[in-house]
Amino acid sequence: MPDSLTKFIFGRLTWDSLPLHEPIVVATFAAVALGGIALLCVITYFKLWTYLWREWFTSVDHKKIGIMYMVLGLVMLLRGFSDAIMMRLQQAIAFNGSEGYLNSHHYDQIFTAHGVIMIFFVAMPFVTGLMNFVVPLQIGARDVSFPFLNNFSFWMTVGGAILVMASLFVGEFARTGWLAYPPLSGIGYSPDVGVDYYIWALQVAGVGTTLSGINLICTIIKMRAPGMTLMRMPVFTWTSLCTNVLIVASFPVLTAVLSLLALDRYVGTNFFTNDFGGNPMMYVNLIWIWGHPEVYILILPLFGVFSEVTSTFSGKRLFGYTSMVYATVVITILSYLVWLHHFFTMGSGASVNSFFGITTMIISIPTGAKIFNWLFTMYRGRIRFELPMMWTMAFMLTFTVGGMTGVLLAVPPADFVLHNSLFLIAHFHNVIIGGVLFGLFAGIAYWWPKAFGFKLDPFWGKVSFWCWVVGFWFAFMPLYVLGLMGVTRRMRVFDDPSLQIWFVIAAFGAVLIAIGIAAFLIQIYVSIRNREALTDPTGDPWDGRTLEWSTSSPPPAYNFAFTPVVRDNDAWWDMKKAGYVRPLSGFKPIHMPSNTGTGVILAAFSVALGFGLIWYIWWLAALSFVCLIATAIGHTFNYHRDFHIPAAEVTQTEEARTTLLAAQG
Amino acid sequence: MKRFGALLLFPLAGLLSGCDLVVLAPAGDVAAQQRDLLVVSTLLMLIIIVPVMALTVFFAWRYRQSNASATYAPDWDHSTKLELVIWAAPLLIIICLGALTWLGTHLLDPYRRIDRIEPGQPVTELHKPLKVEVVALDWKWLFIYPDYGIASVNELAAPVNQPIDFRITSSAVMNSFYIPALAGQIYAMPGMETKLHAVINRPGTYSGFSANYSGAGFSGMRFAFHGLSDQAFDQWVAQSRTASAALNRDTYLELEKPSENEPVRHYASVDPDLYGAILNLCVERGKMCMNEMMSIDAKGGLGLAGVRNTLPLQYDKLARRGAVFGNDPSYVASICTAEEAAAVSRASRDAWPTYWPAKNLSPLRGAGLLRPGTDSRSAEAETTPLGLLRREL
Repeated sequence: MPDSLTKFIFGRLTWDSLPLHEPIVVATFAAVALGGIALLCVITYFKLWTYLWREWFTSVDHKKIGIMYMVLGLVMLLRGFSDAIMMRLQQAIAFNGSEGYLNSHHYDQIFTAHGVIMIFFVAMPFVTGLMNFVVPLQIGARDVSFPFLNNFSFWMTVGGAILVMASLFVGEFARTGWLAYPPLSGIGYSPDVGVDYYIWALQVAGVGTTLSGINLICTIIKMRAPGMTLMRMPVFTWTSLCTNVLIVASFPVLTAVLSLLALDRYVGTNFFTNDFGGNPMMYVNLIWIWGHPEVYILILPLFGVFSEVTSTFSGKRLFGYTSMVYATVVITILSYLVWLHHFFTMGSGASVNSFFGITTMIISIPTGAKIFNWLFTMYRGRIRFELPMMWTMAFMLTFTVGGMTGVLLAVPPADFVLHNSLFLIAHFHNVIIGGVLFGLFAGIAYWWPKAFGFKLDPFWGKVSFWCWVVGFWFAFMPLYVLGLMGVTRRMRVFDDPSLQIWFVIAAFGAVLIAIGIAAFLIQIYVSIRNREALTDPTGDPWDGRTLEWSTSSPPPAYNFAFTPVVRDNDAWWDMKKAGYVRPLSGFKPIHMPSNTGTGVILAAFSVALGFGLIWYIWWLAALSFVCLIATAIGHTFNYHRDFHIPAAEVTQTEEARTTLLAAQG
Repeated sequence: MKRFGALLLFPLAGLLSGCDLVVLAPAGDVAAQQRDLLVVSTLLMLIIIVPVMALTVFFAWRYRQSNASATYAPDWDHSTKLELVIWAAPLLIIICLGALTWLGTHLLDPYRRIDRIEPGQPVTELHKPLKVEVVALDWKWLFIYPDYGIASVNELAAPVNQPIDFRITSSAVMNSFYIPALAGQIYAMPGMETKLHAVINRPGTYSGFSANYSGAGFSGMRFAFHGLSDQAFDQWVAQSRTASAALNRDTYLELEKPSENEPVRHYASVDPDLYGAILNLCVERGKMCMNEMMSIDAKGGLGLAGVRNTLPLQYDKLARRGAVFGNDPSYVASICTAEEAAAVSRASRDAWPTYWPAKNLSPLRGAGLLRPGTDSRSAEAETTPLGLLRREL
């Protein structure tokens, strides 16, 4: 009887579920636990809990939520990169009969976790955070359309990240590759908790992503300042709009396909099984119908960043604004017509393969047009090579190579020899690091002064820049070569000793990137320490062109004391040229949304629900589900949703800025 | 670190010449054509990539802030002529590349039998294709030679300059069958059959492996592919026949259990119905073959009885299938005999041609690749298992 009671209480969670036999995991756990305890102690010692809870965790301010997304992305980047460097090390030493230092049980989890974390919990939070912070400011709004939903979305993303992190120390993560193709991910071949962690982490985070997409679409469509027609929106806002349309149209597919996989695993349905008429290829199709738009979800906002940065630092209007917008829209639509290029080698007919190959190539036309537009924005400009512009230059030179290898992979016969090879790995890191990550660093360096009121330290920024860029080329060019040598991905050991030198070079590149990440963290630390020297009281440190630069840095809670009126597509540039004078009186009370802790609570119940489902702790799942629904209903009775910032307070804030600007002369 | 020190001494070119870029220098005609397409596409794209990169660097240099002599036009943001070039130049490249892709994809379709052994040497009736049935197991490869009645594990051999006709499936999870020196890869998937046509032109030993991650033993899922002269191949076959083991349903079920880094093994004889049974998930006695079930369904199904027809169709065997929630499913035990099932598999094998009629190699005219007067679909209907079954029943 006690045995069945234990089973009832703990499901399949036992002492054996803790990976105590894996010394690497135990050491990591010790480090994380010590670091975590130290952090908690510091927060408690400085009595920061109330501050964090009131000002940040429960905040519905889009700027604070945006910053929290960026922090989440940065923390998860450290985890995802640890996985990367472990893989590089394993592949650099597992030669000549050596097994390396990772067994397959551990190694296979690492490459799966690396992919999942980097896409869902690094790139997505970074991109969402950037959009959250910048979009309302760029369109002259005071917040997003649904501020509470925004907070809830963020915490659901955190919830997913917590489940993924928990899998490191309680149980295991999936050993299937980042897209968990069945039948391997079915209950027959992956009976353990790994795939369940994968499913529920992505489901929980997926709710957040979808809701955040809906929120930003509404914001962009409904909350633009008067005069800002669609064709006067800043390009970053345009690319954000397209990205969120993609999110809303594609994430439900991911949710559905993972639900079907969960049904297969939990209730014995046969959607993707080998027997009983199941079809694993259905999963492959569905997951890529989400998966291909996903890569454009990641890259489009960064195309927007590069447009803003190029135009600002060239001191020039963006060349071909209209064609830039149309290129973005064309990419958005075409991204739905190319998914099959991820599995040309699964036996589709020649006509199907050529169709999807050619649609894929067509995407390179608008993308090429974008590159040319940035080029001609630089043409006859006055280019200031500050950090954001340096990242943009690195992007233009790196991304074109990645784009070329991408089109190459879209030629089906070429794909037959390169599919799943390290050439493919090199290609998508070439576009994701060279495009998404370089863009994020450009964006962070560009908007940091807006968020915090001081610039980032340029010296450490340049150290980070060069380590990243050089490290990238060292880490991934060898993979192109290895791909041409016929080396496939996800290998743990090798027999051909002539390959080793290339893996050693790649590992060296990964070390350079590690230094780049360290330099980035040092840059943040040094900048905070020297914030007095780096301060920017003007709110417009780069001689900016769009509305976010018209307000103070950091912006007040209400963003704009008066809603700006837009007459041109570089609104702030136009206002500056027209001799805009900041209003100094006549402030009115401002209507703002109130903070609420409901988002945190809902996400916490979702994590508990996920955990219960993963470990078959049915009482926990049922209980947390009931609590989840009850809290959601309860929140509808919360009538303290908004308040007014009194006119006196607005006046005070604005006068403080007037004094500051006057001191500048 | 010693190795890295050495790297600093040698220029990159030296490093590259020292390694075997098998994808760029394959030994099979199909892979060579794929390589050609890869190279041509790259060159085509470089026409636009190189100028873009050069212009990027040039503009960045020319219009740097400190260069006061360069023109500065802060409000210049549109030029219809330039826009035309910007959109047209990539478009032209993609039109060329798209045409190449359409042709190349059809000509190099792995399901299409090859027309030539080498450039200038078409396939004739004298070239008898070597049939190989490939099964990806956890985690090793099984190769069955139906015409020779032999089989091998983790070793594949073929005579040079003779077309090879692969039929590929998998026992459990997805793998990808890839011999870079021979031809591009194709997935091996359970319950499904993929095809690959290729030819090896130079004798030698090449490496083959699974190119799709399939679980713990994936790294060791490698095999040697021997391109042999006719004589050497005959010898290899003869040697295989001297092996003591026989591959039948029982030995297969033993073999398919997960194992890693399997040594090479040969089987002197093979149950002729085995491959069909593997493909249709019915090697175990008492299982209903998938193609039977499909033909029953095609005839209207079993009605209510079909709901309980679960045990004979249950396949995945590494862990209990079924639900975390609820009871085990109930079932009926069998509907038709194993002999009937075997007859269907045999019929489908018999329909696999032993020689290929000479192909009309005169240039194609008009859209599509079906030559006027040939209706391949009606011919196909007669040879598919379902078609045969219909005829038999």
